[in-house]
Order: sequence, then structure tokens, then C-alpha cells
Amino acid sequence: MATHAGGLTATCPVRVQGLVRGFGDRTVLDGLDLEVGAGEFVALLGRSGSGKSTLLRALAGLDGDVTGSGLVDVPVNSSVVFQDARLLPWQRVLDNVVLGLRGSAASERGRAALAEVGLAGRERAWPSELSGGEQQRVALARALVSEPELLLADEPFGALDALTRLRMHDLLRELCARHRPAVLLVTHDVDEAVTLADRVLLLDAGRIAVDLAIDLPTPRSHRQPQFLAYRESLLRALGVDPTEG
Amino acid sequence: MTASVLTRPRTATAPAGKPRRRLKPGRPIPFGAAVGPLLLLAAWALGSATGWLDSRTLSAPWTVVTTAGDLIADGRLQDNLAVSARRAALGLAIGTVIGTVLALVAGLSRWGEAVLDGPIQIKRAIPALALVPLLILWLGIGEQMKVTTITLGVLVPVYIHTHNGLRSIDSRYVELGESLRLRRAVFLRRIVLPGALPGFLLGMRFAVVGAWLALVVVEQINSTSGVGYMMDLARQYGQTDVIIVGLVLYGLLGLLSDGAVRLAQRRALSWRRTLAD
Repeated sequence: MATHAGGLTATCPVRVQGLVRGFGDRTVLDGLDLEVGAGEFVALLGRSGSGKSTLLRALAGLDGDVTGSGLVDVPVNSSVVFQDARLLPWQRVLDNVVLGLRGSAASERGRAALAEVGLAGRERAWPSELSGGEQQRVALARALVSEPELLLADEPFGALDALTRLRMHDLLRELCARHRPAVLLVTHDVDEAVTLADRVLLLDAGRIAVDLAIDLPTPRSHRQPQFLAYRESLLRALGVDPTEG
Repeated sequence: MTASVLTRPRTATAPAGKPRRRLKPGRPIPFGAAVGPLLLLAAWALGSATGWLDSRTLSAPWTVVTTAGDLIADGRLQDNLAVSARRAALGLAIGTVIGTVLALVAGLSRWGEAVLDGPIQIKRAIPALALVPLLILWLGIGEQMKVTTITLGVLVPVYIHTHNGLRSIDSRYVELGESLRLRRAVFLRRIVLPGALPGFLLGMRFAVVGAWLALVVVEQINSTSGVGYMMDLARQYGQTDVIIVGLVLYGLLGLLSDGAVRLAQRRALSWRRTLAD
């Protein structure tokens, strides 16, 4: 679907209807419906094993060997950020960024994307010479350099330390504000979801159980009372008592 | 005064307690690869000088050197070496190309693997020497048979290691290629070939040595030129010095070509950090 002209389709780049996915006898997604608007930042929460990654892989078209049915309508130009940076170790940083690009301007666009994530000057480095956070920034640059209409991110900061993760939140918010892709961020971190997203979805029993719009000005802070209210209601929905711990 | 200034950092960095156990092999020894061969050479020279080694069994190193000089002076060594090198290079080139192409076909398609892998594994179990009688019947005793034998010896290690390299490429990188919608040609060039390169280069190390080994086999059968022929002729006249010259030559050629591949390996795989670095 590459419709850019007006109408409903242009405002809703992602449309999923009656999505069913299963592994063997176990049904993971059971008739799931989902819409994500253009430029909308959606965070997807769920307990471990609730099918968050399965949904994301279905949207990314990376689940060819899985049985299932349903309608999945996503833009052709979409990018994936994985939990691991997944850089090719035998390609230099710039070559990793422009891997999916074609044309003569690829190198220029790659340099610009690297500068955007704060890695100007590291174009010739090998991935193994970068820290974990830097590697994930290269992965972000690679995902955004093609100016995707949809960015799919599967717990992209899960393997980073807490401090690096906070910096990455700022960077991701900044990048998304500039490029305005629709975003589906899979995470298990309620704070991360409330901090970043316009809308938080909670996946349970194979369907969207909670659909919560986050109406808070950015930058958001844990100290805002409304932030805490959102956090509490999401934690409760996840079956965690927020007063503990 | 100067001395005390110089020694200060050493005392400062000295470990307070028991030194930590190092699990890496340690710092490389300069010219470490030459140590073993030099020891061997020393033992040989010593044995010949003391008369412990009979010159009819094994000529002294200095006799070998003068014989080599004579062989070079009358041009026999160069001529035979040129013929041998041409055979080895031709067989190596053809075998490498065939081995790599077969590995790519078998590594990238299930059908290719089903059709090709079995026969090559069977070929692997048959020594090059055992095929020579059949190849002589088919191709005669000319250059064609010799190059074919070398080719067959080369393509097996190239195939085995390249195929293994291909198969061990992390499937996450394949998934990455899918998510970036890479065209097949780009996928091959950026992910498959570099991913299989370590395996291919390991195969090449076996292949270059294998090429010289196969050469020995074919040159000592019905040959009228080449280093192997020179050695076989020397056997008939009991000239151990000429045989040793041939052996040393084979050894040097194998060592040099292996060194060349290792150099290429270090250049091409500079992105890797391994235990040996």
C-alpha cells in the first residue's frame, strides 16, 4: 500500500483486521484488530509471551513460516529495529546504514543519518568498535535513513543499561518528531511506553485489551501526577500491584 | 635520578596480590613460525657433520645447497619448477572456482544441496591418488589428466569449508536482509559472500597445500617434466641430494602459498577480533 493521496488510507498507514497467528496448537494472536495513524507513536505492552513480538513480526512480514490468517495492511516503506543492533560485523558503520539504500546519493544520506544520531565521524569504524548504545544508534540510523512511513521497534532498548536507555528515549523522540513515521514500539517497560507514546496498547489473550491515549505534554516526567496515573492503570492492567516495589 | 624516574611506573603498575591468570595464549613470539623448522635444520646439519647420518640415506644440507646451485645453473630447476607451478596454479584456479560455485549453489538452495552435497562428500572419501588410474584411461597421461587431478583435489576443501561458512551465517542477518527488502544480488554481495569468506579462506589454506600434494602424485606417474619428475629420475640414480632439493622446494612452495593465503585472510578479515590476534 503506497497511497499518499488523501482519504482514510493515507491517515491510517497500518491496518490489521482479524489477525490470527499460532505456533502449533497454541494460538498467540486471536482475531486482533489494530490501526495506527500516520505519524502516530504507539507503544505495545504485554506480559512475556503475550504475542507482542509475534504481532510486530507479522507487521514486518517476517513470519513467513507461521500459520495464520487475517488482513495486514502496512506501508511498503517500513523499517525494523531489532532488540540486538544486528549490524553486519564485516561492514563498516556507514555501509551498515546504507545497506538497504539504492542510488548515488546513498552515501550522503547515510552520513546525514549518522550525524543525526550523533555518530558523525564514526563512518569508517567497525561495529565491534562501538559500544552497545552506539550500535543501537547505528541501527536507528539504518532504520530511518530510508524515511519509512512505519517504524517497527522490537524492544530496541531492552539490552541497554538504564542511563543509556534514557538517552536513547530522548534521541528516539527527537528523531520521530523530525521524520514523523508511524511507530509501533514493542516494550515490556511501562515507563518507557508512557514516556514515549501517543497511545499505549496492552496485548492480552491474543487481542488488544487496553487502548490508552496518553495526553501529556512532552518532555514528560515521572514526577507529573498524570504520568503516575497512566503508569498505575497500565500496571494494574498488567496484573501488577503498583503500590508494591 | 633518571633511572628512578624511569622505574617508577613499573612499580606503580605492579599487581598488589597474586597475578590474574591469563587465558589468552600470550604475546606472539617474533618469527615464532621459524623456530620449529630451524631446530629441524640444526639437527640435520649436526647429524650429517658427525657422520651419524649416512650421505646415501640423506645428503648433508650443504650438499643439497650445492646441488640446488648446480640445478639452477644448468636451468633444470627453473624449467621443472615453471612446469609444476603452471599445473598447480591452473588446477588451483579451476578447482577454486568450481568449488566456490558448487558451495554457493548447495548453500543457497535445498535442491542444490540435495543434488551436490552427496557426490562431493563421496569424492572427499576417495583419495586423489585412487582416481589417477581412471583419469589416465579417460584423459591420457598429458597435461589434461594432471590438471584435472589437481582440480579435483582442490575443489573438495574449497567446497566443504565455503559451504560450511555459508550454512553458519547467522539467520538473524538473513532476517535483516528480508526486513530491508534487499535484492538478491545485494543480499549475496553484502551478507552471503562476506559471511562465507572466513570459511572460504580456510578452505583455500587446505586447497593450496592440496594442490601441491596432488601435483606430487601426478608428476611421479608417467611424467617427463616437473619437480616430481626430477625427483623420480633422481630416485633411479640414487641421488638423495636432488630428491631433497625437490622436497625442500615442495615444502617452500606449500609454505609460501599458505603464507599468502594467511596474509589475504588477515587483510580480508580485519573486522574480526579473535583469540590469535
